[in-house]
Amino acid sequence: MAYTIAEKILLKHSGQKSIKPGEFIEAKVDVALANDITAPLAISEFKKSGFRKVFNKNKIVLVPDHFAPAKDLKSANQCKILADFAREQGIKNYFEIGCMGIEHALLPEKGIVMPGDLIVGADSHTCTYGALGAYATGMGSTDLARAYIDGKCWLKVPASIKFVYKGKLNKWVGGKDLILYTIGQIGVDGALYKVMEFCGPVIRKLGMDDRFSMCNMAIEAGARAGLIEPDEKTKQYVAGFKRKPKFYYSDADAHYEKTYEWDVTNLEPQVACPHLPSNVKPASSLKDIKIDQSVIGSCTNGRISDLRIAAALLKGKKVARGVKLIVFPATQKIYLQAVKEGLAEVFVRAGGVFSTPTCGPCLGGHMGILADGEVAIATTNRNFLGRMGSPKSFVYLSNPAVAAASAITGKITHPARI
Amino acid sequence: MVLKGKVHKFSDDINTDDIIAAKYLVSTDAQELGKHCMETIKPDFSQAVSPGDIIVAGNNFGCGSSREHAPLAIKGCGVSAVIAKSFAAIFFRNAINIGLPFLESEDVDKINNGDIIEIDLATGVINNITQNKQFKTQAFPEFLQQIVECGGLINYIKRQSAK
Repeated sequence: MAYTIAEKILLKHSGQKSIKPGEFIEAKVDVALANDITAPLAISEFKKSGFRKVFNKNKIVLVPDHFAPAKDLKSANQCKILADFAREQGIKNYFEIGCMGIEHALLPEKGIVMPGDLIVGADSHTCTYGALGAYATGMGSTDLARAYIDGKCWLKVPASIKFVYKGKLNKWVGGKDLILYTIGQIGVDGALYKVMEFCGPVIRKLGMDDRFSMCNMAIEAGARAGLIEPDEKTKQYVAGFKRKPKFYYSDADAHYEKTYEWDVTNLEPQVACPHLPSNVKPASSLKDIKIDQSVIGSCTNGRISDLRIAAALLKGKKVARGVKLIVFPATQKIYLQAVKEGLAEVFVRAGGVFSTPTCGPCLGGHMGILADGEVAIATTNRNFLGRMGSPKSFVYLSNPAVAAASAITGKITHPARI
Repeated sequence: MVLKGKVHKFSDDINTDDIIAAKYLVSTDAQELGKHCMETIKPDFSQAVSPGDIIVAGNNFGCGSSREHAPLAIKGCGVSAVIAKSFAAIFFRNAINIGLPFLESEDVDKINNGDIIEIDLATGVINNITQNKQFKTQAFPEFLQQIVECGGLINYIKRQSAK
C-alpha cells in the first residue's frame, strides 16, 4: 500500500496495520501544546474529569504567549493557571516570559517538536511544524484535556492535496508569498479537511524559516495540516537536539486527491486584502492604500530571517510620519540575535517599536490594537473583520519586505521601490 | 434528540473572530462568552436569540482559530444547534467535544431567516415548519455519535477507561 508522508506518520501513531482517508483513528501523540487562552479550559476539563496525573509530563507543553506579558488582571489569572498546573504536574516545558516565545517559533527552536512526530496543539497554527516533516494539527481545549488523560486523540484521516512549485523566485518573494498565492488560488476552504503537501524545486530551495511561514498558513485554506518532506536542510535544522528525528517520505505512487502545479517564476510579492486571507493581489497592483500601522512579527513571520529582510530595507530610513511600526520577534533567542546583529537598533532608529515576543497584536489582544478606520499592513496570518481591533479597521497581509517598505512610504509599497 | 427553534441565518466563512472576538477570551464561562457571540458582525445577536434558536449558515462555518470558546459562546447565548453547508475542521471537532449539536446540509439555501425549524439529530431530518418542507441530511458517523451520546469527549473517555 502506497502512502503520503502524512498517512505514514498517522499510520505509525495509530498502531494499525493500514489506514485510509476518511477513516476514524485513535492515535498516540508525541507533543500536546496549549497556550494561555486554550490551556485554562483544557486544565479545567482535565480536573473535572477526575483524573489526577497527566499521562506523561514530558510530552506536555504550556506557553503563555497570547496575552503575555499579562495585559490585564483577567489574562494574568489565566497565565497563572498554566504556571500552577506546570508546577503541580512537574511539567518542565512551561515557558514563562523571559524564556518564552510565540509557541510555533519556540517549539522548533527548542527541539521540542521533531520530524515524524504527531503533534496536537490547542492553537490553529500548530500546523506550522509540518515544515519539519511532522504531522501537526490544531485542536480544541477538550481534545487537549483528553490528551492529558491518556496521550491520545481521535482523528479522521485526511486525504492529501499536492502543491508543486516550479521555476525560480524573484527577489523579495518568499514562503509567505507562495502560501498567500496558494490560498488566493484555492480559497479559504480550498483544502478543507485535507493535508496540503508542499513540494517541487522551489520548496527545496526555501530555507526553514520560509517553510515554517508556508505551513503556518495551511489552516487559512482550511487544511488539517501542511507538510514538507524532510531534506538536508531539515536534517541540519534538527541536528544536535536531544530528541531523535524520524524521517518519512511520500511514496512515489501515493494517492493525492488533487495536484496543483504552478510556475512561480514571475510571482511578485502578494498581499491579502481585507477581510479574508484568500483576497490576494500582487503588491504592485495596490495603489495609494495609505496605512496607519505596519506590524512585523508573529508565528508566521517573526523569525530572524524575516527581521533581517525588514531591517535591510529600514536601515538608515525613517518610518513615514503618522505610521506606527511595531516589530515583534517571535522568541527570546530571536530577540537577542536581532540585538546582536544591530537589527533592533535599525528598527528603533527608524522610529519603530521593538517589542518583547507576544502574539498580542496579531489577534487584537494588546500591543497595537487598531482604532476605528485604521489600516494596517501586517506579516501576520489573518485579516478577518476586526481581527486586530476595531471592526471598522482594515488589515492587509504581506511578507516582511512589503511591510517594511510600506512603513517607509506610508502606503502599501512593493519593496523594489525603496 | 429533536430540537426546535427560530432560524438565524449567516453567510459563508463565518470565522471564529466573528463568533467570539479575541478580547473576550479572558473568560471560559459559556454564559459570559454568549453575551458577545457574533458581536462583530451582528451586534445585537445575543439579545435576538431565544433559547433553542438555530444558526443556519453557508460553507466553512467556524474557520480560523482553535478557540473552543467559539462553540461555547454559541451554546452560551442559547443557540441549540448549528446547520451549515460545511464546517471548518477544528470547529467541527470542538462542537462534538463540547456537545454542541450540528448538521451538515446542502439545503440551507432553502431555509429563510426567521423560519421555525425542527431537526432530528438521530435521523438527520430537518423539518421546516414555516415552509412545511422536509430535508434529509447525512446522519453522524457512528464513532462521533458515541461521543455525542456520552455528552462529550471527556465522558466518552471516562466510559472507555471504565470498560
